[in-house]
Amino acid sequence: MSGACACGGLAAEMPGASAPAADARPDIALHLPTIHCASCIATAERTLADVPGVISARVNMGLKRALIVTDGSVAADALCARLEAAGLPAQPLDLARLGKPGDAEMRALLMRLGIAGFAMMNVMLLSVAVWSGAADATRSLFQLLSAAISVPAIAYSARPFFAGAVRSLRAGRLSMDVPIALAIALATLMSLAEALWGAGHAWFEAALSLTFFLLAGRALDLATRRAARSAAAELAALDVGTATRLGRDGPETVPSAELRVGDRVRVLPGQRLPADGRIVEGETDLDRSALTGETAPVAAAPGDDVAAGETNLTGALVVEVTSAGQDTRLARLTALVAVAESARSRYTSLADRAGGVYAPLVHILAAVAFVAWWWIAGDAWYALAIAIAVLIITCPCALGLAVPAVSVAASGRLFRRGLLLTTSTALERLAEVDTVVFDKTGTLTTGTPRIADAPDGPELAIARALAEGSGHPAAGALVRHARAAGVEAATVSDRREVPGRGVEGTWRGQTVRLGRAAWTGGEDDGRSAMWLRIGTETPLRFGLEETLRPGAAEAVAALRAAGCDVALLSGDGRLAVEDVAARTGIAEAEAGLAPEDKLARLEALAAEGRRVLMVGDGLNDTAALSAAHAAIAPGSGLDAARSAADAVLMAEDLSVVAEAVTIARRARTRMRQNLWLAAAYNAIAIPVALVGAATPLIAALAMSTSSVTVSLNAMRLGR
Amino acid sequence: MNVLAVLIPVSLILGGVGLAAFVWSMRASQYEDLEGARHRVLSDDHDDRPLP
Repeated sequence: MSGACACGGLAAEMPGASAPAADARPDIALHLPTIHCASCIATAERTLADVPGVISARVNMGLKRALIVTDGSVAADALCARLEAAGLPAQPLDLARLGKPGDAEMRALLMRLGIAGFAMMNVMLLSVAVWSGAADATRSLFQLLSAAISVPAIAYSARPFFAGAVRSLRAGRLSMDVPIALAIALATLMSLAEALWGAGHAWFEAALSLTFFLLAGRALDLATRRAARSAAAELAALDVGTATRLGRDGPETVPSAELRVGDRVRVLPGQRLPADGRIVEGETDLDRSALTGETAPVAAAPGDDVAAGETNLTGALVVEVTSAGQDTRLARLTALVAVAESARSRYTSLADRAGGVYAPLVHILAAVAFVAWWWIAGDAWYALAIAIAVLIITCPCALGLAVPAVSVAASGRLFRRGLLLTTSTALERLAEVDTVVFDKTGTLTTGTPRIADAPDGPELAIARALAEGSGHPAAGALVRHARAAGVEAATVSDRREVPGRGVEGTWRGQTVRLGRAAWTGGEDDGRSAMWLRIGTETPLRFGLEETLRPGAAEAVAALRAAGCDVALLSGDGRLAVEDVAARTGIAEAEAGLAPEDKLARLEALAAEGRRVLMVGDGLNDTAALSAAHAAIAPGSGLDAARSAADAVLMAEDLSVVAEAVTIARRARTRMRQNLWLAAAYNAIAIPVALVGAATPLIAALAMSTSSVTVSLNAMRLGR
Repeated sequence: MNVLAVLIPVSLILGGVGLAAFVWSMRASQYEDLEGARHRVLSDDHDDRPLP
């Protein structure tokens, strides 16, 4: 910067400072998975800001995301390439799927919470003076001051409860909002009357602390749901589907959703098929495991039908689209799942059940107190004061915190271990699970095979030479195996990949072939294997087995120990399934199941009264996932599977599944404890209120101690 | 009890200052990226750009 003048240097450093960028909407979002320190932030922001066309860039480290405002001339891919060159891997995110960046709902709730907290503290100070014996003019001054702070604060902060109460009364239901709104409104109005004309108790601080604690419960609830929702939206936003369409003016990249019937698309090895269609040109092997659960790739040639969601492995294809967008088999099945999902959403949570008992009880008690005291004392105003005291004391302050505080602690702990809960009742349903059903491909196994047994020496060197450069997963496994064994590649010339068969080449004047049994003359025994034939010698066998996901066997053992039955339902062949079942220690395994069969098995289990947790990743699992009592999908799974599940496994390690069940069970115990604790406080306070001995001091003590006890009890779970 | 005439306004003003600070921090998105703010403070590039 030595040659440039000071102002030039400043302008280069902060390109966004002079432009009206502060309120401009970011138009590109990037996911930065590895960002972790101050210099990462600085590098990312500087790299992005140096790209011409970028107006401003800001990294949000909590979300591992960069939001970029551009003038429209930069593509997300170009920015990713720049960042990658700077040592930071980046992936574009679909902003439309991400939703709005700042959550207005949460901010409004925090604002209400802050106002209620501020008002509560100040009014509580004034009230302490009243309780400790202020009299006459001082007392009425303090009460008027309290009123001046409380009335506007309550009108603003407690609005969600009033709105909720009005909504539920209009719908003809009695939700928890009704007693809450009634208690807050009546307490405020009566205290106002007492402050202006009377000499009785003023309940301002009770009304405010009720508002404050209940808002805190709501904020916790919203925070869990929001974290889950934004992470789920992020997973979906990473799945930007694009296709290479062969148009009149050459190839162009378009979103998969814009493909039309009759379009021709090019699909390179390693890409997912964007639509259903028919192969026009090229031969290849297709990985159908996401759709059917079969691990062995299927050979495909011109004229064969292909479906969206399959992965092209070895050869470049040109496909003519026969159905696209919402008409593909993948999209139709996904839509079916969305309909089936409503069954689970009817689950009533513990808090709702407790509220269902509680709300009528509170009203009945308050009404009884009012009628009884009117009859005994003959004074309607006095009876009303007692009824309001009952309403305030019974009001479910701790009840509002009991469940959300536990959810936050438990889901925070699971999140740190790599499991993301995406529905609000997931925790409670996970706790009830007594049977766990796993899918095989992509769930218990990683989907990439490895070599189980292979000849070594020169044969391995030839095989490595042939396998190198092929996109087939078996070839990749062979290369990794040879590298680990320290075997270098032999010199093979004229290497040629024959999609659907294998690889061929020339070694010391002899034709060498590596591939399927039928093509190399090996004996197919049904087990997964590759064969190497050198010249006319007897072919050599390279046995393949599936790689287990780390923690798979541990998860099965831990689930057993937790008292769950474990089963394996797979769409793959019998031998492969039995092999994985034996290695993970699962006794019950079924193979060759179609998606409908899996669904039928789960429905049969449910009919027996079992509560099933389904763990699966593919399209063939989605129906089963949505029929299960609870469901977990790995983050690597299809979008459809993830959205049918209650929880998404972000980590590679499968042992979190077992931990999720145990943590969920402990969370449910903690929630029950909390509900009983809240009820116990009420059981002590209600009789006091009913006999008319309740004072605002007792109410304040009962309310804050019960709320604090419940929160502390919940926090024990987070460790 | 004349001291109350001073103390009460003082306490209300101090409370009001705290409230105003809270309202400002919410409006200015101060809680949007707590993780990043923790690291940014170590960076030498001074940065007063608002969140886009």
